Amino acid sequence: MTEEMERHDYDVLVIGAGGAGLRAAIEAAEGGARTAVLGKSLLGKAHTVMAEGGVAAALGNVDPLDGWETHFYDTMRSAHFINDYRMAEIHAKESPDRVLELEYWGAVFDRTPEGRIMQRPFGAHTFRRLAHVGDRTGKELIRTLEQKLMTLDVDSYQEITATRLFKDGDRIAGCLAYYRDDGRFALFTAKAVVIATGGWGKAYKVTSNSWESTGDGAALAFRAGADLADMEMVQFHPTGMTWPPGARGILVTEGVRGEGGLLFNSEGERFMERYDPARKELSSRDVVSRGIYKEVQAGRGTPHGGAWLDITHKGAAFIKRKLPGMYEQLLSLADIDITKSRFEVAPTIHYTMGGLRAAPDTAATNVPGLYAAGECAAGLHGANRLGGNSLSDILVFGRRAGSAAAEFAKNQALPRIDDAEVQAEVERVLAPLARSEGENPYKLHEELQDIMAAHAGIERNGPSLEKGLGRMQELRERAEHQRATGSRRFNPGWHGVFDVQNMALLGEAILRSAIARKESRGAQWRTDFPEELEAEGKVNYVQRMTEQGVELRTEPVPQMPEDLAAFFTRGVAPGLANAAKKE
Amino acid sequence: MPEEITLSVFRGDESGGQEVEYKVPVETGMVVLDAIHYIQAHDAPDLAVRWNCKAAHCGSCSAEINGSPKLLCKTRVDDYAGEVIHVRPMRTFPVIKDLVADVSWNYEKLRQVPAFQPAIKAPFTLQQRDVDRIEEFRNCIECFLCQNVCHVLRDHDAKDRYWGPRLMIRIAELQMHPLDTGDRLELLHEAAGVGMCNITKCCSDVCPQGINITDNGIIPLKERVADLHWDPLGGIVRRMHK
Repeated sequence: MTEEMERHDYDVLVIGAGGAGLRAAIEAAEGGARTAVLGKSLLGKAHTVMAEGGVAAALGNVDPLDGWETHFYDTMRSAHFINDYRMAEIHAKESPDRVLELEYWGAVFDRTPEGRIMQRPFGAHTFRRLAHVGDRTGKELIRTLEQKLMTLDVDSYQEITATRLFKDGDRIAGCLAYYRDDGRFALFTAKAVVIATGGWGKAYKVTSNSWESTGDGAALAFRAGADLADMEMVQFHPTGMTWPPGARGILVTEGVRGEGGLLFNSEGERFMERYDPARKELSSRDVVSRGIYKEVQAGRGTPHGGAWLDITHKGAAFIKRKLPGMYEQLLSLADIDITKSRFEVAPTIHYTMGGLRAAPDTAATNVPGLYAAGECAAGLHGANRLGGNSLSDILVFGRRAGSAAAEFAKNQALPRIDDAEVQAEVERVLAPLARSEGENPYKLHEELQDIMAAHAGIERNGPSLEKGLGRMQELRERAEHQRATGSRRFNPGWHGVFDVQNMALLGEAILRSAIARKESRGAQWRTDFPEELEAEGKVNYVQRMTEQGVELRTEPVPQMPEDLAAFFTRGVAPGLANAAKKE
Repeated sequence: MPEEITLSVFRGDESGGQEVEYKVPVETGMVVLDAIHYIQAHDAPDLAVRWNCKAAHCGSCSAEINGSPKLLCKTRVDDYAGEVIHVRPMRTFPVIKDLVADVSWNYEKLRQVPAFQPAIKAPFTLQQRDVDRIEEFRNCIECFLCQNVCHVLRDHDAKDRYWGPRLMIRIAELQMHPLDTGDRLELLHEAAGVGMCNITKCCSDVCPQGINITDNGIIPLKERVADLHWDPLGGIVRRMHK
């Protein structure tokens, strides 16, 4: 029987309503495109809301020596030079304007004594660079974008999930989605589609990510032929909560260290002095995470397998003003008053640096009409993302994706979606509800997380990765036979079926890419290849799904032009070098 | 054997339903949302609950626990030692299914608030003391617990006459922004119905962000509206100097 459904046509369809998606939708609509944005949750609840520490932008409000050159320099170094230099350049140059634009739209940042936007220090940023509002910057950002969106002629669909992208020949044509509240379908035909669905940290058990981070958009686009790059690069944030069990993995902002918090092992040593004597607690996230991990391995861990984080020396008034959310979070969830006592932290999965391969200037993928921005895209962060660079990323590349998608749509007729493909997808999506037997999505999700933790965690090696890949391929096959009980009305078990399928596909891609990169670099730490190797630093590992299966290939890392490469020859950040010259 | 607790969870939709009891083994520091997730994984895969961050940042998991409006992610089960924990959806809004309420009315009203209209281009020069109050209001996570507990909306269902505390705070953050040139006082007086609030402060009591909704937001707005309507000359002077 043919299922009746809503049908909508748009110039630009944005899938994902976090910071990148909303920024893309705003730009597309302001560019004159008929625009819709689909969100898996209610408006303003997306994972962006959890970003705490700030948005990185070289405004130079507190450190006048800062400028785009130094932000670019810090980003490249932190990425271990396998990122796209052009993306890093665009990002560093445009972030300040994107932050000021938010202020003009109503965002209220903390202020300097001169009344300008306050900026705080953060790991591996040469200067104080993160514009912030206490420790709730992501919420300010998404709320501002939500409020801006409401002033524009954009159709916003809430609690709706896309299950498949369609193509018309080679070009993108739209998607099928279903509404959570009653399970009815809607078909969206669009001239251009922007994927802005965030990362897939929920493939891991100990994670700072919300339930939404299941990589839907990246998986959908991969199935539609888009390339994935750098999938092995998954960021552990050094400081997640360790206790109580239900709170394990919940983020403790890097702002705690930014504002002066210190890390100690069980013997009271400030162990980061060993791993990065110059930057210590404010080293890059890969280094601090590994530091904590190594201390625990060496038997110097805290009772729940982590390190002590201590900011009590800054005093209660300062802590409550600068880190009110952290104060409240630790107090209510763990009965710990961080103004009075140290607390335990351990690495937690935080961010996926890899993802859809996108062109730096337009965020275009290799599929015509399909764009990708934010955490679902690869290229800016390479082997390790700097704190604060994610909020700037979603603003800069969300805007560029929206703009390019609107421009692309101008010269296109509406594509056609094949009815037979739509009906086949409807049947696939409804099948789990009709099965009398099948895998339980909750149990399968747990197994999937176990595989990722056991084989693709902070420490990796070839044989274990290979074994993990085998287990994940087997799980992906089983994921085709899941069963959901109950009706189509707001059914999280049914929804979980597709989450598991998407994460299994991406988990497999992480394992495959981690096997291919035979070195240690940034977030990829292989005990069988402990060194960073020059040859491996020249390539990105790219995967594409074809009719024959997944093909993995290498692509050369784009080489910087001379003027940008020159920044790295002086042994010191450009801002500091310029200052030295002036003296 | 780990200690067990009993949750009695509303199962049903707009056509009706009833509470169903589930046994859940307790873990140290467990919150009610953890218990709900346990039930989903073990007993009722289709149990509907709305949640995102599980860290009290997003305001998705609003519900009523033993009659009190709470965030499921922030409410510890050990607060209810020895009791059955009754979990029901917010009462002021239509139920979609189980613990999920239809809060779309709030978004409709949010859309009707005239946006921020700055007097100048960014970058702004603003002192911290000038933005402390609006930062308090912008700390709202849109959980709508204040809307849920407001008598005007909850007991009198007067959604056509009063937009509720969340909307008052949204309007207050705009009206109190030093660089905003918008004027929402007529809106407050008429459609948004600030006069309907009778200052029982229930909204402030349930706010998980600790926003002093009534004292810092609604009462100053009432005063501004009163100035405009009962002291017209003073009102004009104040408007010119805003």
